Amino acid sequence: MTLGSTSVIAGIGIDKHYGAFQVLHGVDFSANKGEAVGIVGPNGAGKTTLFGVLAGSTAPSAGVITYQYTDITATNAAQRCHAGIARTHQVPRPFLGMTVFENLLTAATNGAGLTGYEAEAFAVRALIQTGMSPLANRPAAALGLLDRKRLELARALATAPKVLLLDEIGGGLTEGELHQLVTLIAQLKDDGLTIVWIEHILHALLKVIDRLVCMSEGRVIAQGHPKDVMSDDEVMKAYLGSELEVAL
Amino acid sequence: MLDAIIQGLLLGGYYAMLAAGLSLLFGVAKFINLAHGDLAILGAYLVLFGVKVLGLSPWLSVLLSLPIMGILGWLLQKYLFTRTQAAGFLLPLLVTFGLGAVLQNGLYGVFGSDTRSLANYIGDLSWDSWQLTDQISVGKLPVITFACAILVLAGLQLMLSFTRLGRAIRATASDPEAAELNGINANAVHCSVSAIAVMVTGLAGAFLAMRAQITPYDGPVQLIFAFEAVVIGGIGSLWGTLIGGIVLGISQSLGATLISAQWFQLTGHLVFLAVLTARFYSAIAHQRGGWRMFLKQSYFSITGSLPSKVTKTKIKNG
Repeated sequence: MTLGSTSVIAGIGIDKHYGAFQVLHGVDFSANKGEAVGIVGPNGAGKTTLFGVLAGSTAPSAGVITYQYTDITATNAAQRCHAGIARTHQVPRPFLGMTVFENLLTAATNGAGLTGYEAEAFAVRALIQTGMSPLANRPAAALGLLDRKRLELARALATAPKVLLLDEIGGGLTEGELHQLVTLIAQLKDDGLTIVWIEHILHALLKVIDRLVCMSEGRVIAQGHPKDVMSDDEVMKAYLGSELEVAL
Repeated sequence: MLDAIIQGLLLGGYYAMLAAGLSLLFGVAKFINLAHGDLAILGAYLVLFGVKVLGLSPWLSVLLSLPIMGILGWLLQKYLFTRTQAAGFLLPLLVTFGLGAVLQNGLYGVFGSDTRSLANYIGDLSWDSWQLTDQISVGKLPVITFACAILVLAGLQLMLSFTRLGRAIRATASDPEAAELNGINANAVHCSVSAIAVMVTGLAGAFLAMRAQITPYDGPVQLIFAFEAVVIGGIGSLWGTLIGGIVLGISQSLGATLISAQWFQLTGHLVFLAVLTARFYSAIAHQRGGWRMFLKQSYFSITGSLPSKVTKTKIKNG
């Protein structure tokens, strides 16, 4: 792979170790503009760590991260957010001392760099997109897990991202809610956003993504067209044959 | 007694202003600044320096000292506190303790050990008062201090609630890493908070020097007062800090009036201990499922048997 040749965001040869414990082994990952990429893999495969490295909250031990043809390895999370990379967390991390709307306003002013009326309008847009309008003035601390997950997505959208890294936001949703989520993500993709989505709920993932990446034990073991990846022997083995068969 | 309460209330304003910086820094940057009192004294000496050496008017000197204290706060956070915080919770305590000692001895080296006061430079204000009734009069300076404290706290609260910086501060206080991912530079936010905290603390120090005599070694006592106000009012809430300051001020004032003048500080400390004990037990009670359960369990652990009423119910159910 050439360095970020066609990709909007890419990690090249990413290593990450904590002391002697290596989480990522020379991972190459890239996503093109307007593409939706799914990432699957067993727990502990290093998917979330890869997100941390891409978003700038985790420093890689080795490797290069590029964004829009520029090396951004040395930049911090705040700078990457300004540049247009947003992520959500598997375990939601809302700003607990604030209302839902204040959470979004914080993202719109600090992340998207908007001011005054524009920032408010943008926060309202994120509210409407995620269907959180009725909860706008609820304190974030009073939200249940599912609403916190929605807030996580809404707050990422309020930073005006070009690349959206979604970490298992579908978990625990009902079929109806999942359908809404898939519709929203497909819509965002049509708007030109690049989506990278870690998800265990494959049938939801497959409705949106163009390409699937499978990780296991800190390595990318297969990537390409979703159907091809899922019929890959190594992928079947990594999943112990269980989850994928059920999903198919 | 009403007089004592009013004087205590006004004194509480000073304590709230003094404690606001400590509370803010603890609430956002999550560390306890043991040099807090010494920074207040430094602020006072800075104003004294402006008045005595540069010949400025006291209020102009106070005004000029604020940006200097702010810059100092910013630099302290950027070059000292941030670095020590990376090494766990103990190091900031040791480092700020050391910083306090440096400030005390530095001030001693420059200004000597004489007691000093701004009272001589503010004219009638240091003793003048408004006569409210035959028995009650309020000093003009305490009223100004109190009003200033309310203004500062209200200003801080408005800033936290409605400005971009305020939201960034609250977001960082809640989750620094998530704040970074939303485009907030958490280090810069910590520096701003430290700048604001040290500035307000310096202002409180200036008011202290107008009201009382100060020496370079007066910081630790001010730290204790600030700490008590913060703990009584509940950590991390500015209005709580005001309440805490007022409770502390009124307790001291009542102790001094009703018992004896020497009880001024002691009463404050006792009320602080009482509040701390109550908070401690209410936290335990909360853990054990409410006060009733907690009291039953405590009764059992002391006497070795359940209260008779409980035993009866148990038998009935059994």
